[in-house]
Amino acid sequence: MLNQYLGVLILLVLATGTAVGMLTLTSLLGPKKSFPDKMEPFECGKKPIVSPRQRFSVKFYLTAVLFILFDIEAVFLYPWAILFKKLGWFGFVEMLLFIVVLGIGLVYVWKKGALKWE
Amino acid sequence: MEDFLITTAKVLFIFGLNMGVFAPLLTWVERKQSALMQDRIGANRADILGFSMIGLFHPIADAIKMLAKEDFIPEGANKIMHTLSPIICVVPALLTFAVIPFGGEYVIGGKHIKLVIADLDVGLIFIFAISSLATYGTVIAGWSSNNNWSLLGSLRASAQMISYEVAMGFTLVGVFMVYGSLQLTQIGAAQESFFRWGIFLQPLGFFMFLACAIAENKRAPFDVAEGESEIIAGYFLEYSGLKFGMFYMAEFLEIVTISAMVTTLFFGAWHIPFISSALILSMLSFLNETLANIILMLIHISVFWVKVIFFIWFQMTIRWTLPRFRYDQIMKLGWKILLPLSLANILVTGIVILILQ
Repeated sequence: MLNQYLGVLILLVLATGTAVGMLTLTSLLGPKKSFPDKMEPFECGKKPIVSPRQRFSVKFYLTAVLFILFDIEAVFLYPWAILFKKLGWFGFVEMLLFIVVLGIGLVYVWKKGALKWE
Repeated sequence: MEDFLITTAKVLFIFGLNMGVFAPLLTWVERKQSALMQDRIGANRADILGFSMIGLFHPIADAIKMLAKEDFIPEGANKIMHTLSPIICVVPALLTFAVIPFGGEYVIGGKHIKLVIADLDVGLIFIFAISSLATYGTVIAGWSSNNNWSLLGSLRASAQMISYEVAMGFTLVGVFMVYGSLQLTQIGAAQESFFRWGIFLQPLGFFMFLACAIAENKRAPFDVAEGESEIIAGYFLEYSGLKFGMFYMAEFLEIVTISAMVTTLFFGAWHIPFISSALILSMLSFLNETLANIILMLIHISVFWVKVIFFIWFQMTIRWTLPRFRYDQIMKLGWKILLPLSLANILVTGIVILILQ
């Protein structure tokens, strides 16, 4: 059973090795000249007045919460979709109810304005 | 031991093809395609002894240039995270290819050989799981750089990527229902006859999946996260040298993965229209079984990669044809159009399957 994942493991080791190797190579080969002006964040030549480590719009947080809700519902659909032909009309009606509930949730979120990005 | 060697050979084939051919070559293809579409001569400067070879030396020149650049970490950046995020971007991009079959099953020397690195029964869920790890790479890259533009880029990227992941999860449910499997090898094998191809059974699914996949990869027209002209490359703004190159490499590898997925799910995987494997084998019946199978295998591998290259070209064409969408338009497309449409697609697919049964 775990034998299946042998290829994934080999690929993972190879990919990570290559990525780490490239990082080492670029930090070894490149020149190293640092002076205060150069180390500033890329802006218009001045030190930025506003630090980026601040609070940001709650919209992004809300999107993440919605993502979790809907993505978990997508996961519920997968086993059903695989067995769909065996379950027949019974399975279809069951999932219809589930999707209707999901749709009501989407409409609610939509009407609440959580998907508005102006 | 023999299994181990065969698996290693397959891994090396995919890895070599992706890192050695596609990743460098696509940087050149992208430039050349944009030059052709914008009616200018592009990517023709790098040459060896006066031979420029239509700019084919550019990837080599790029690699040397990137290696010779300083590995720059700005003041105030989180050094560990800043170094880690290119790895988190590249590794998932390479890893997703593990479950995509690049050929069918062949009998060579009495052994059944499946041309896929790992024939997992979870198949597509593995791809979803691994490819969503790349979101961490972009978010960490933007946050750790301590730069306002980077943070903006990574916020946009994270919201966009997770929004389209929801829609992408739903678009493929129709495909699972039609073929009754998550395993890409089985989905590929089920498309032997031309009219069983995914594009005929799930036409809407194809267009929605392609849109979601391109948005997931943050390429034009969904590239506000990078937006060169407004937030100066966004989340990888503070990167230099090969670290910068690694973000591009991840993007190009994802193009290849998306093309391979589209080919496998919707365009008959390794099958040739109207010419079945049995027909090819019967034409080769004067050879012994192993030799005939090897020839069949080579034909299938080349057919698969030809299809993949076509979809790579298709994505490049989209990238240079459409203008960038506005951010609210992108979110609207994901949540208000693609998500309801994919739910409707599931219901319609279900009704049609049950009526035909």
